[in-house]
Amino acid sequence: MSEPFEPKIVAFFCNWCTYLGADLAGTARLKYAPNARVVRVMCSGRVDPQFVLDAFAHGADGVLIGGCHPGDCHYQEGNYKALRRFKLLRRMLSQMGIEPERIRLEWISAAEGERVRAVVNDMTEQLRQLGPVVKPEPVEAS
Amino acid sequence: MKPKIAFYWCAACGGCEECIVDLNEDLPRVTDVADIVFWPVALDFKKSDVAAMPDGSITVTFINGAIRSDEQLEMARLFREKSEIIVAFGACAQMGGVPGLANLVGRITDPPSAPVSNGNGGFWRLPALFDRVQPLDRAIQVDYYIPGCPPTPQIIRAARDVLLIRRELPPRGTVLAPDYALCSECPRKATRPEDLHIDQFRRVQECILDEDTCILAQGVVCLGPATRAGCEALCISGNMPCTGCFGPTGRVKDFGGKALSSIASLMVGREEEELDRAVEQLPDPAGTFYRYCLPSSVLESKPGGRVS
Repeated sequence: MSEPFEPKIVAFFCNWCTYLGADLAGTARLKYAPNARVVRVMCSGRVDPQFVLDAFAHGADGVLIGGCHPGDCHYQEGNYKALRRFKLLRRMLSQMGIEPERIRLEWISAAEGERVRAVVNDMTEQLRQLGPVVKPEPVEAS
Repeated sequence: MKPKIAFYWCAACGGCEECIVDLNEDLPRVTDVADIVFWPVALDFKKSDVAAMPDGSITVTFINGAIRSDEQLEMARLFREKSEIIVAFGACAQMGGVPGLANLVGRITDPPSAPVSNGNGGFWRLPALFDRVQPLDRAIQVDYYIPGCPPTPQIIRAARDVLLIRRELPPRGTVLAPDYALCSECPRKATRPEDLHIDQFRRVQECILDEDTCILAQGVVCLGPATRAGCEALCISGNMPCTGCFGPTGRVKDFGGKALSSIASLMVGREEEELDRAVEQLPDPAGTFYRYCLPSSVLESKPGGRVS
């Protein structure tokens, strides 16, 4: 029997809200799925679509972006910028064989440790159902 | 002794051959400085002529087109052995080009065809297609890149001067075009607003573009901010938006991701539904942002996706 599939999630959390929310989940000793690898960024608006593509290219099964609630961005507009890119990127990725469920944007404040747990658990479960990303078949060299 | 040069074509449309002919009165100047030893579109040399040459004896081979069949791979490898310098010529060889969009639909199957007798009791075999289209540098080592769909006479002349006349070879891997974005040499640069934004995307067939105003400011997707300069803004001069054929500048890892980023950042909506409606006005984002470069996207270069 092979091991059950455990998805790998690359999570980009903003320094001012979602990362602190994850920190709160930790200090509150909340237990949740260990599938997310958190990368701290200064703002969700810092997440270049190339980062997301690179994560998938290196074997991620899902990418989670966490930012401040609308109106709460430390840099005023960064989370709106993240939302605009996210909408277009998710649409493009679905053409390229990466299902919409694999990329997720969530607004999570520094006070919402419980929400970090809920989102990571929910996304992990969804990706377990979805299975790994289907990679292009290797080109046969003669 | 004059240096030897060769031209070869792979998965391409013929436009790259055309643009060499477009050198017009400069074409004889190419033959003044070099002997053409192989050029299927114009000269009757055979594969066996190339195979008989000593290794490394061709100074520069210019290969256009992507790698899509076993025949193309075999020829590319032959030219790699026989050439000192391999130049990926045009967007298809550099990044996969328009034929590379075939990778969006998955496996390419060999089309049915009637067997053709070879006159010796056997049948000719058609070249087998690979599952995916690949840029030239996934098949063989490439020394330089000449971008464009097709390359413009000016950058071909500049490459000829550097590689064949002055012989001042830049570092391997150099793209032989300026390393800054097209906007900086755009004739409409002055009309680009400080707070450039797009309320609603429009497509070129849905509007009549003003001939003097920044195309992005008119709501039409123009990839000038993400695309390498060097084409003298030919499409803009023809009142059409840039579609990205010169590919990325040197600092960009994934052209489609960067181009998408530059366009998405110009949108103004803040509400989910509003943005959902806005992105629906772009019916084919992958074909828009990866038009010439899908096979060279980071997603395509993941382990297991390479020719060799």
